[in-house]
Amino acid sequence: MKRYDLVVIGAGPSGLSAAIEAASHGLNTIVFDENARPGGQLFKQIHKFFGSKEHKAKIRGIDIGAKLVAEAEEVGAKVVQNATVMGIFPHKDISVMIDGEVYTCKADNIIVATGASENTLAFPGWTLPGVMGAGSAQTQMNLYGVMPGQRILMMGSGNVGLVVGMQLKQVGCELVAVVEAAPRIGGYGVHAAKLARTGVPFYLKHTILRAEGEDHVRKAVIAEVGDDWKPIPGTEKEFDVDTICLAVGLSPMYQLAMTAGCKLVDEPINGGVHPEVDEYGATSVPGVFCTGDLICIEEASSAMVKGRIAGAAAARRAGYLTEEEHAAIHKKYKDSLDQLRQGMFSGKNKGNPNIKTTAEGIPLSDSLLTHGYLKEEEVRNFPGYSHQAGGFHPVVECTQNIPCNPCQDVCPKHCITVGDQITALPTVHPEIECINCGMCVSSCPGQAIFLINEDFEPGYSAIALAYEFLPRPEKGDKGTALDRSGQPVCDAEVVDVRAAKAFDRTVVLTMKVPAEMVNKARFFVPKEAKAE
Amino acid sequence: MRVSEHPILSDFKKGRLVTFEYDGTTLEGYEGEPIAMALKANGIEIHRYTTKLHKPRGIFCSIGRCTDCVMVVDGVPNVRTCMTALKEGMKVQTQYGVSAKKEDDE
Repeated sequence: MKRYDLVVIGAGPSGLSAAIEAASHGLNTIVFDENARPGGQLFKQIHKFFGSKEHKAKIRGIDIGAKLVAEAEEVGAKVVQNATVMGIFPHKDISVMIDGEVYTCKADNIIVATGASENTLAFPGWTLPGVMGAGSAQTQMNLYGVMPGQRILMMGSGNVGLVVGMQLKQVGCELVAVVEAAPRIGGYGVHAAKLARTGVPFYLKHTILRAEGEDHVRKAVIAEVGDDWKPIPGTEKEFDVDTICLAVGLSPMYQLAMTAGCKLVDEPINGGVHPEVDEYGATSVPGVFCTGDLICIEEASSAMVKGRIAGAAAARRAGYLTEEEHAAIHKKYKDSLDQLRQGMFSGKNKGNPNIKTTAEGIPLSDSLLTHGYLKEEEVRNFPGYSHQAGGFHPVVECTQNIPCNPCQDVCPKHCITVGDQITALPTVHPEIECINCGMCVSSCPGQAIFLINEDFEPGYSAIALAYEFLPRPEKGDKGTALDRSGQPVCDAEVVDVRAAKAFDRTVVLTMKVPAEMVNKARFFVPKEAKAE
Repeated sequence: MRVSEHPILSDFKKGRLVTFEYDGTTLEGYEGEPIAMALKANGIEIHRYTTKLHKPRGIFCSIGRCTDCVMVVDGVPNVRTCMTALKEGMKVQTQYGVSAKKEDDE
């Protein structure tokens, strides 16, 4: 029987990170993954990630996936695809099926990184073709280039719902609304704002009553819910849609860890039932570690750090690291993980209705939390706002404490600072001259930064914004400017379109609008296209 | 319907264009892509009908978890079409209950 220092199960962000860490310390490491390609869900994540440089912030998930796969190869971790681990047996015997053949191998250490699966929502009509998981839609369009539908309703306003909603629009689907049962939008305000400014309405405190259609979804009926979470009669609203996406959370896939005998716990804050682990990812079974979404549903950035922690712990247990070496490595990753677990969307703070101000003491925008957009007058309350004469300067509409700081990193002039605490709100320093390079606009994963020139031309102001839609507008194109809520406010003309390599496929579009609209206009719609 | 162009993704890894059989008609798809994607690109959304109530089912999870998309492929029932790669000349049939032929109501 083949023996390994370490067997990792799952080649997603956490599994690959664990394998890279362990193999880099010398462990004979193999990774089994049941999918045709490594990377887990990373190759569906076409948006730029949050975090700081060490968390691979501002890089798109697809590119992080490719990096991890290359890195694993470099350090000698073997990654086997189409390999379904069927069970983990006493003495760490592992049965794995590869191309229909069952093999058994022995592991001194095992890291289980099986990830999570999408939750679902049952309602009359939910089994109709056309009702699908949001991740399912993402798989279809981003991995295989197939349109999930034409007119789509998104159930759930967490980051998955918001991010997939944006991606649906990027392939040309119509997103008719985002529906959320809770009284607050669950995901980052900046993700919601991206959708709101394109005209997508949010229905908070609403749930779906039913999907209608004979052999396919033709209509969705939603209704408002009261404080008892029950639908209120008479508040029904109908949407003609062919697709309903469900983005109602994720649950750890603990079944394989369970077969290994790992003790399970049920902690809603971590996403439900999952293996009990210590700070190193060690389970109740010596030598079996768990990591990634399997132990706590978080962003992929956190999953990668958790994988590193488990990989280092396995290396320590296998004797490839001394206690001191391991302690130093662990501390580095622990600090990195702690950074990501700060702010109003961290496990401990998420959805807490008592959080009414930012860490800086600024009132949170209720409009952003319930409608997905900031009110014009609210923007001025935040340290990212600046208004000045004479040339372009950044306006950062980042108003919630989330762990992210690429804006600080990329500005060559240091016009924007976040500070050491990466959840702090970005501050714009108007006294430092901005050179309108566009790096902050293109690097902000929330697309919340605008470069504004109040005095562009007599009577006109210019606004540069991040644009990731097709067809790509050209200089001279005429169209309509939309405000933060997606309402048309004035005519606009494209005066510049920049697509530098450093912008990484984000186009920085500069539009000219009447000067009085400078604090209102935040999105551009070309003339032919219509706002939704 | 296929995504013709994308603002971020430059291309989708596609195999060669091949033909396959779906309920007696000939369709085109890319070799190696999941059968379910080839069907969806051809506008086919119903993969099977349930045994008792004859309700239609289509793609739900796309990652091999839910079994809603199972069909009869080359005579074998319960094949997860979202996880099974398309091959030239494959015979794909709508599944009624657990077989290709429609069963009587119970």
